[in-house]
Amino acid sequence: MALLRIKNLSVNFASSSGSFKAVDGVDISIDSGEILAIVGESGSGKSVSMLAMMGLLPWTAEVIADEMSFDGQDLRHLSANERRKIIGKDMAMIFQEPMSSLNPCFTVGFQIKEAMKLHLGLNRRERQKRAIGLFEQVGIPDAAKRLNAFPHQLSGGMNQRVMIAMAISCKPKLLIADEPTTALDVTIQAQILDLLKDLQKETGMGLILITHDMGVVAETSERVTVFYSGQKVEEQAVGPLFSTPHHPYTSALLAALPERATTKHLPTIPGVVPGQFDRPAGCLFSPRCALAVDKCTAEQPLPAGENMGFARCHFPISPHEEAVS
Amino acid sequence: MSQPTSQPIVVAENLTKHYKVKQGFLAPEKTVHALSEVSFTLDAGKTLAVVGESGCGKSTLARLVTMIEPATEGHLTLDSTRITEGSKSALRSSVQIVFQDPYGSLNPRQRVGAILEEPLKINRPEFDKAGRTRLAKEMLSMVGLRPEHFERYPHMFSGGQRQRIAVARALMLSPRVLVLDEPVSALDLSIQSQILNLLVDLQEKLNLAYLFISHDLSVVRHMADDVMVMYLGRPVEIGANEAIFSSPRHPYTKALLSATPSADPFARKQRIKLEGELPSPLDMPKGCAFSPRCAKARDKCRIDRPVLDQQVQRVACFFPEVDDESKA
Repeated sequence: MALLRIKNLSVNFASSSGSFKAVDGVDISIDSGEILAIVGESGSGKSVSMLAMMGLLPWTAEVIADEMSFDGQDLRHLSANERRKIIGKDMAMIFQEPMSSLNPCFTVGFQIKEAMKLHLGLNRRERQKRAIGLFEQVGIPDAAKRLNAFPHQLSGGMNQRVMIAMAISCKPKLLIADEPTTALDVTIQAQILDLLKDLQKETGMGLILITHDMGVVAETSERVTVFYSGQKVEEQAVGPLFSTPHHPYTSALLAALPERATTKHLPTIPGVVPGQFDRPAGCLFSPRCALAVDKCTAEQPLPAGENMGFARCHFPISPHEEAVS
Repeated sequence: MSQPTSQPIVVAENLTKHYKVKQGFLAPEKTVHALSEVSFTLDAGKTLAVVGESGCGKSTLARLVTMIEPATEGHLTLDSTRITEGSKSALRSSVQIVFQDPYGSLNPRQRVGAILEEPLKINRPEFDKAGRTRLAKEMLSMVGLRPEHFERYPHMFSGGQRQRIAVARALMLSPRVLVLDEPVSALDLSIQSQILNLLVDLQEKLNLAYLFISHDLSVVRHMADDVMVMYLGRPVEIGANEAIFSSPRHPYTKALLSATPSADPFARKQRIKLEGELPSPLDMPKGCAFSPRCAKARDKCRIDRPVLDQQVQRVACFFPEVDDESKA
């Protein structure tokens, strides 16, 4: 049975100019010991769907789902109290900017021990011991001394390690990493990604990696879900996704990578992601799609079968056809 | 390096920038070595990419080349005119800059038209209002925007369009050199390729020289003619794009290349793990700045500082990587 299963999740935000659909009918499932990457551009709903699942969205958000279960518990009908017992313990999250997600007023030691006190009920000495152990596990040198440091005294890479140590402090079953390396340099990024992969292997937890960097996806994940404008447009294992993408968006996105360029001019995707007011009636990608026909602009496509990577497209690209350029 | 066909536009010789900082009320002044002894040449129509991690002096270099700040030592020659305090203001309009974040670099209270006309108002008093408007509208179409965008405010545009406006503003004074400080790293992948194509087209059309600052090596590989790799304020390797990417000679370049994730899940490559982080520029290591993190470092590296050698692909290392093919 899947560790996390979300079926038909939609999130609407009430705003002064009407309701805005940030996530639209998304299915996600992940097993223990699996690494799932969620890829998409900014505003594609990848973070919002995870926040909705954890119940961290503000009251203006309306979350609807057919199913939202984590480890046998239905997340939809949990009280705030029950939810708090799961979040931070069995389900933990690492945020994009380590500098702004740590509290500048407290030492990192205080912050990492806070969760252990709440969720694990350890006493002071055990907490200290575990905190040092965790810091060593994530590769922070001189751990005992660093516990007394404030976030501003540590570098970005070190702060991100603190965030990771904090997230894994209660042995989560599922770790959600939201752009964990975007704010970091490449050599530090490589260290952090290796660390996450090692931890995942060691503890057997599920890892959801939210990112927009195709390179990070290719090197880290096992399965990839592609988001576009609030919808899941494709899902495949990482190898086939890069070699035979089925949705025209995925295909165009991969073609636009500078490292795949063959000429000085890169293939582009014309136009921009639709906003609140110019949401197309049919396929959301149709205004930018090179292969769109009349049917695409009129009818919303449904996800195709598994052999077509669940591509949300009327005419998914089959492996034998030439990829669009 | 590419062969100079004519006189290079920008010649930098031993550019150095030190900042004095105080770390406490009575603490003695310390010196941050933000940039040390950087030399390069840049030809018209060519792109020199500067790569390195944060804190390596990329942006300081941009500030010196755009004459926002004077160099502590060394000098910069633009179009065979030495830049001094006196000649600075006349030369400034031929070097323009595009910043990283198009959400922060455009004044939200100015219309696009006003943004584009402002450089002309200040530097080209010979144009009247109609002339300025005409030029601004021409520039809008050149960067792929429509004339009706002239009256709009920046918040009405997407990130990619804003970056087009920023490029248009930089081009208003017909500069010879464009400093691009991470021009696409704030943009989404599908938009990034549009802006890169625009930059390629403009370079061809206007014969611009680009100083392209980026940490994204796949973008650099696509755009650059020459590449300069910097570490802690010093160039550690300078060479032609192809040479740097195919056979890096400095251990840091090699580590940087191997750390960059490639968008190919089947590529099995060996990653060189760099231990530790960048040392503080306040407290430079003795000898080679990279030696504390370098796997090949020997005693000599910790005592003496290597200087750039005089080969085609210049490298500052005592024990550069040897490549079988390129015995230069």
